[in-house]
Amino acid sequence: MGVLTYVAKRLGLYFAVLFIGLTITFLLPRLMPINPVDGYIGQLQGRANGMLSVEAIAELRANLEELYGLKGDLFSQYVNYLRRVILHFDFGPSFTYFPQQVSVMILNALPWTLGLLLTATMIAWLLGNMVGLVAGYFHKHKAASVLEFVGILLYPIPYYILAVTLLLLLAYVFPVFPLSPTFPVGQMTPEKIGMIFYNSLLPGLTLVLAGFGWNILSMKALAVATTEEPYVTYARLKGASNWTRMTRYVFRNALLPQVTALALSLGMVFNGALLTEMIFSYPGIGLIMRTAATGGDYNVLYGAITLSIIAVATAGLVIDLIYPLLDPRIRHK
Amino acid sequence: MIVDTKDADPVTMVVPPAPKARASLLWLVNPRLAVGLTILGVMGLGSVVLPLFAPADPSVQASYMRNLPMSQAHWLGTNALGQDIFWFLVFAIRNSLTLGVVVAIGVTIIATIVGLSAGYIGGRFERAVMLVVDTFITIPLLPILIILGALIRGNTSFLTVGFIIIVFGWAWDARTVRSMALSLREREFINMARFSGANTLQILVREVFPYVMAYTLVGFINTILFAINLEATLAVIGLSKVEVPTLGSIIFWALNYNALFTGHHVWLVAPIVATVTLFLGLFLTSTGFNQAFASKRGVA
Repeated sequence: MGVLTYVAKRLGLYFAVLFIGLTITFLLPRLMPINPVDGYIGQLQGRANGMLSVEAIAELRANLEELYGLKGDLFSQYVNYLRRVILHFDFGPSFTYFPQQVSVMILNALPWTLGLLLTATMIAWLLGNMVGLVAGYFHKHKAASVLEFVGILLYPIPYYILAVTLLLLLAYVFPVFPLSPTFPVGQMTPEKIGMIFYNSLLPGLTLVLAGFGWNILSMKALAVATTEEPYVTYARLKGASNWTRMTRYVFRNALLPQVTALALSLGMVFNGALLTEMIFSYPGIGLIMRTAATGGDYNVLYGAITLSIIAVATAGLVIDLIYPLLDPRIRHK
Repeated sequence: MIVDTKDADPVTMVVPPAPKARASLLWLVNPRLAVGLTILGVMGLGSVVLPLFAPADPSVQASYMRNLPMSQAHWLGTNALGQDIFWFLVFAIRNSLTLGVVVAIGVTIIATIVGLSAGYIGGRFERAVMLVVDTFITIPLLPILIILGALIRGNTSFLTVGFIIIVFGWAWDARTVRSMALSLREREFINMARFSGANTLQILVREVFPYVMAYTLVGFINTILFAINLEATLAVIGLSKVEVPTLGSIIFWALNYNALFTGHHVWLVAPIVATVTLFLGLFLTSTGFNQAFASKRGVA
């Protein structure tokens, strides 16, 4: 029974997040004083040297509004928008790459982002938690505070600083990695895959380092608190070894809040991934967003943000649904 | 003054005897806090006082020759736009700090009101509020800010950027405040106040808020960090008001003019060092306060 209520609650939150997220995405551009259609017509005017007649512009405007779902009152636009996004995953065509569908562009970029993001997050989370566990379990030793110091140094450094510093150090001062990475497209061959891997190392490293510090600090705090628990003392008196106590008694219990924290911080992690892609020109959602933002390609922007919201919410849901497997208290309530 | 850690009554722990207030500040001092406050003090004072002596507005382009090396006149040289890097950096730190403080004030006010009322009133109201809060936490912020940035770019003032960050940044703090309010709701002294005839508002203002103060201070500093970081992030990708010197816009210009390829390291290294120092200072101050408050409460 406990699990069912838990799952139901979590699903409720999931749909609420999707709903509110999609609504914000829908409302934001419409609350803004700027009309993308005007901007686009202005662009066309510029290209046509102002030769477009008034009727032609009016027709163009009607066409564009039809195409981009700007027809009718706010409510019918909204219903229309939700139906298009949820049922068909349709965001219309891109402004810049005109007949190209936004959904195709985004779905092409998605594997890149997911591949980099998932790998980096997993590594950062596992490594950070292990280091944090050791730092917290042996917190009375001097050597452990060195580990914590690494966390303190790394945690407050913003993503973009980490990225630029790594670029400066590992691509400029010590040219181990390329300054501007190349990512081959088309048919995958072993060489190409190797190249992609090599070029992804630097952005990946940035993401790992960025997530690493926070995980060390929070795991350390949790491990210190858990080490003081009576059941750990009991295990020591029982004669359990240091290793057993650290892994089976402290780690398993301190892990649970870390799983929740991971689910909650996914949005932040995703922000970092987007930024990393922009700085390293990594061909994922982030780069698409940046190009679209500079070029005023609003359809692509809305598609990318909608997908981001769906992706982050879904990942959070998956983590929270795995949670009962780790925490027997929810299963047996 | 060392507060008796076994003292179980939270009220006396929170409100130390008034006459000893000066001496009682000593419990605050710990190495982290000292280092953090020193960094913040130097950078904060420097960024407020120094601009008064600035020879020229550093955001104006072509004030000097371009790409000058480090010298007596230009401590960090000039950049490819003919701006003095040192003064640009000083103004950047000032603007970033100001933005951070303004945002932190806004966020703290909203988060405290939302969090306290949700945790204290409870019931259906709380569930509705928390749903909104959790949604705001879950929704990735950067994409939304990118859209906003793309839409209003150029037509905005620097403070609008701060306002946008407030609108989307209050949720995490509200969650913390609310969980504190939840644990407070069950405490004896709250019941005591209620039985004495205090109404909800009075309890919130007089009983709960003083207790929450310590966390609010830590949260405040963390929000400054968050806001500076977010604005700088937007600036780095060119979606904030990049003409205004901030810790992000300086990197935006450096990257835009390919400081890496042209070998103009100072332009990039200087803001990196400044940012890392400032962020370390803020972080050490916030964890230092946390430690001090924790040891005062007898937790650690």
